[in-house]
Amino acid sequence: MPSKVKRAAPMDSAPWSIKVAAGAALLFLHIPLWLIFLYSFTTEQSAYSFPPPGFTLKWIPQALANPEMQTSLLLTLRVAALATLLALILGTLAAAAVYRYDFFGKEAISFMLVLPLALPGIVTGISMRSAMSLMDIPFSFWTIVIGHATFCVVTVYNNVLARFRRSSGSIVEASMDLGANGFQTFWHVVMPDLATALLAGGILAFSLSFDEVIVTTFTSGQQQTLPIWLYSQMLKPRNRPITNVTAMLVVLATVLPILLAQRLIGRSTGETTDQS
Amino acid sequence: MNRLSTYLYRRPRLLLAALLVPPLVWFVVIYLGALGAMLINSFYALDSFTGQVVRTFTLKTYAKLLDPINVQIFARTTIMALCVTAACILIAFPLAYYIARFASPRLKTFLYLAVTLPLWSSYVVRVYSWKLILAQEGIVSWFTRLVHLDGLLQLYLGLPVVGGPSLAVSMTGIFIVFVYIWLPYMVLPIQSALERVPKSLIEASGDLGANPGQTFRNVILPLALPGVVAGSIFTFSLTLGDFIVPSLFGSSSFFIGKAVLTYQGTSGNIPLAAAFTMGPIIIMIAYLLIARKLGAFNAL
Repeated sequence: MPSKVKRAAPMDSAPWSIKVAAGAALLFLHIPLWLIFLYSFTTEQSAYSFPPPGFTLKWIPQALANPEMQTSLLLTLRVAALATLLALILGTLAAAAVYRYDFFGKEAISFMLVLPLALPGIVTGISMRSAMSLMDIPFSFWTIVIGHATFCVVTVYNNVLARFRRSSGSIVEASMDLGANGFQTFWHVVMPDLATALLAGGILAFSLSFDEVIVTTFTSGQQQTLPIWLYSQMLKPRNRPITNVTAMLVVLATVLPILLAQRLIGRSTGETTDQS
Repeated sequence: MNRLSTYLYRRPRLLLAALLVPPLVWFVVIYLGALGAMLINSFYALDSFTGQVVRTFTLKTYAKLLDPINVQIFARTTIMALCVTAACILIAFPLAYYIARFASPRLKTFLYLAVTLPLWSSYVVRVYSWKLILAQEGIVSWFTRLVHLDGLLQLYLGLPVVGGPSLAVSMTGIFIVFVYIWLPYMVLPIQSALERVPKSLIEASGDLGANPGQTFRNVILPLALPGVVAGSIFTFSLTLGDFIVPSLFGSSSFFIGKAVLTYQGTSGNIPLAAAFTMGPIIIMIAYLLIARKLGAFNAL
């Protein structure tokens, strides 16, 4: 028996070549993000010299006070909030229906919900644009929201459905047996159970919407969400220090909530990561 | 309230309808409706004289796709997507392999987060970071000067096709940024495929006399293939549809996404943009069919 245990030992340490390659891949993934932080503090105004000639904190208040940045940030937050709300409602309804009932076309539902994320963003974008052109719908706040809500639904749906499948149905029956009606059961038993799944799904939907450029380009017309404003700054750099700082703030604003969402979901479920 | 609750309880179909109708209507009307609108639009054409969309059925717009320029755009984009996918596989595999086979549980949690965080942090900002890196005065030039390879870089940039005035405006630049942006999409499915390779199988291979290299080639690699194909679906599809990266790092040569954006925007030619989009859709469907043959869907 002991000799058998020894036999399996070699796989615990990796060959150095794999360690180096894995480490290099990780650095490749992360160094660019560190540079975003570094450049937010450079004293330089109109170039990206490395190493930066000096460091300063002065751009941060300037970026926060920049009116264009503020307007686009406000628009992004309003869009993301509404899209998340819609996604929460639609995603939860769809998850409840798929979990509770058997019906014709049930398999197709999941497929349809994931389609807007699975197809290249440009397909959803040009589709929405075609529909707007066909029906003479002008660009508006709502066209952005509708586009975003459509691809956000699946994050809520996945999280809520996973939660339904994990929680036991007997607590619902117990609640009914103890005399609660359907609404009471929903409010006092089902909802508290779903709360963290809704929060996690909502956070993912929010950051998905907060960050989206491709679909938005087709549905926003002249309006600029924050990612589109950043993109326009990259095409024609007008104010590099402020762009740098905004980029850093956007990283923080998207990464921190995601860390929170990951904690809420528990690391074991991989399903929340397969977005595009 | 009680009566309504009981009423619904007795009629599960009604409750089902109440649950299902809002999301279903949303997706059928808005999403599938929009896809339909795109399909319809692709059969319209732009009157080149008035610049207005003529709403009668025609195949003229599709015929335009066969113009040499447009064929070139399709070819260029597909080749780029294939190269990006190949590079992503090469870079992602060792990382995924390390996470799946060698990392301790604690390290595994950490590495998993390290791969997913870039995935979730802002796409535009991640692209932007390469503006900083590839800039003429940026870190890459600094580094090549440091190790005295700047001559070699200039020589490389002088090459046709892959070169350009600087790394920030070249096919190589586009390629690097694409690989960077989509890499996590390749790591995760490969990792999950490798996690599912039973340890006993690897031990059995060793017991039967295979050396580690043979085990890797004959046991691990075939079992990881579905993960590789699953990852390649993401990298391929995302590269096909992207217009941000080619607009920021490319010269004037078009990619599918950029062409679609330009046609619907500045020239107002939504029919041509719609027909153009059918290109990536068809390429993707073909790709998905091949991927399904290879068993990639079990690894998603």
